[in-house]
Amino acid sequence: MMIVRALADGFTWRVAAAVLVLVAAAIVVPVLNLSVPAGSALHVPTYAVTLFGKYLTYALLALALDLVWGYCGILSLGHGAFFALGGYAMGMYLMRQIGSRGVYGNPILPDFMVFLNWKQLPWFWYGFDHFWVAAIMVLAVPGLLAFVFGWFAFRSRVTGVYLSIITQAMTYALLLAFFRNDMGFGGNNGLTDFKDIIGFDIQSDETRAALFAASALTLALGVVLVAFFVKSKYGKLMIAVRDAESRTRFLGWRPENVKLFAFTASAVMAGIAGALYVPQVGIINPSEFAPANSIEVVIWTAVGGRATVVGPIIGALVVNWGKSWFTGAFPEFWLFALGGLFILVTLFLPKGIVGTLVEGWTARRARRASATAEKDVEPESFGKDEELRAEAAE
Amino acid sequence: MSDARPILYLDGVSVSFDGFRAIDNLSLVLEKGEMRAIIGPNGAGKTTMMDIITGKTKPDEGEVFFDGDIDLTRHDEADIAMLGIGRKFQKPTVFESHTVEDNLLLALKGKRSAVKALFDRRSPRQAERLGHILETIRLSARRHDLAAGLSHGQKQWLEIGMLLAQDPKLLLVDEPVAGMTDAETGETARLLKEIAQTHSVIVVEHDMQFVRELGVKVTCLHEGSVLSEGTLDFVSADQRVVEVYLGR
Repeated sequence: MMIVRALADGFTWRVAAAVLVLVAAAIVVPVLNLSVPAGSALHVPTYAVTLFGKYLTYALLALALDLVWGYCGILSLGHGAFFALGGYAMGMYLMRQIGSRGVYGNPILPDFMVFLNWKQLPWFWYGFDHFWVAAIMVLAVPGLLAFVFGWFAFRSRVTGVYLSIITQAMTYALLLAFFRNDMGFGGNNGLTDFKDIIGFDIQSDETRAALFAASALTLALGVVLVAFFVKSKYGKLMIAVRDAESRTRFLGWRPENVKLFAFTASAVMAGIAGALYVPQVGIINPSEFAPANSIEVVIWTAVGGRATVVGPIIGALVVNWGKSWFTGAFPEFWLFALGGLFILVTLFLPKGIVGTLVEGWTARRARRASATAEKDVEPESFGKDEELRAEAAE
Repeated sequence: MSDARPILYLDGVSVSFDGFRAIDNLSLVLEKGEMRAIIGPNGAGKTTMMDIITGKTKPDEGEVFFDGDIDLTRHDEADIAMLGIGRKFQKPTVFESHTVEDNLLLALKGKRSAVKALFDRRSPRQAERLGHILETIRLSARRHDLAAGLSHGQKQWLEIGMLLAQDPKLLLVDEPVAGMTDAETGETARLLKEIAQTHSVIVVEHDMQFVRELGVKVTCLHEGSVLSEGTLDFVSADQRVVEVYLGR
């Protein structure tokens, strides 16, 4: 009961609208894809379902980053690493599902291991033939890495740009590690050629629609969770740490714990996003750890509006949709466009799309309120102002 | 018996930064319930002394004891805050993007667990306490406004209010009236005297009129150690104090 009330407190109309839209999309899009005949104007083609399903996982990743960056002031330039780790955990499950249908027909070993002449499954691949083990690993591996990383970084009071640099180093180190064949994660090629997911054909329209729905619903859940975090006293604490960390310390709080909790929770969210991403794109390889990927997430969040719940989602959708369109129309210019977008947003919309809209709306309401309040006293105070101004001029 | 122990005891404390001795063999004793004003020219070590007491800076040598036998050099800032030492900074430091009320809420005495704060809801007793503090610092009308919109003087008061919310045993107040009008200064003196009835307080201030209004024992620091100590009249008549302030 208390939790329900606490959850309800976190709901602004923007959050409620976002949840509603996402839940509606989770129902409507699959229906329009599966039940409406291909010739109809209302039919949503499967490629679009998968494309937007992928965008929704990006949106979840951006929301995760917003939790630590927007609200807690931790500019992580390595969130792509948590996303990729969640993706690898899912990828390992999908690899084991292939079974003897691989090119080499080995019932236990994935193709790349047979190719490398490995005789048995490495210990860290045990259990990944079970979905539940993989699901736990999707949460645990990114969470644990974030916890250990954050424990050392926040306790040593590494902040600001230095922290950003070591998060970037972390994802780069993982990129190099996962490139090595000896690591046992498929090296350069990564994991691919997936066949089934929990018994369903991963290529079928139905599975793709279901994955889209799962992504939309998970994102909706993420929105509810972040809104709840932000509205709670813990959320106020995050903002306090962001704005005046040492002040919180002199009040007796431990900012390192505040940050560690947000960072770990955010990494778990990013891991889930990665796990939903992999079955939809059909591959996970070390390039997902590339530092540039993590930086792109920062751009989505900045464009949409950090420290808002809805902003990062809109940012991720808009920028990625733009990317798909742009890379089709003018493939050579996409990176220039992305760079230009980031500069324009930083210069003209420092609070991002949603942040600027909210600010404008609040300012308009405040102006109206003060206009109504002024109406009663206007004539007299106006005259006084004139006198004062005349005095000042003298 | 326990009441006889001083609330704060510094003995032979020294600290250097890159060879510069910011605090040099400083000794100071504050009795329970006492209010003390600390004066001294810029660079006398007033703020560094507060940094040492609140755990921000570790002394190179010397003893710092709180409430009898608690060795403050073994604790960090958050520990020391929980032991019961509150601090107001020289530059008013409040959470600008929070409302006045939320600033106080975060300071309010209680458990400091980040995870528990997720499910923490305001109790009626806390709400009552908030209302009381807001009244004391004269910010009831602004309780839902962002702290960023407060005037300089109001921010100073809000920070004092946050100290009250913490309900510490010892308050360290650094330049509480900097940038205040005369009326606000008088009001602040009244507020601090009221607080001093139930707490031990150290006030660092340059404004001599304000120190006079407080009417308490004064310690003058110079180059990191105590130059003179006594009533304001005694200290300001001290030839060495005059020299330090006016130069030779």
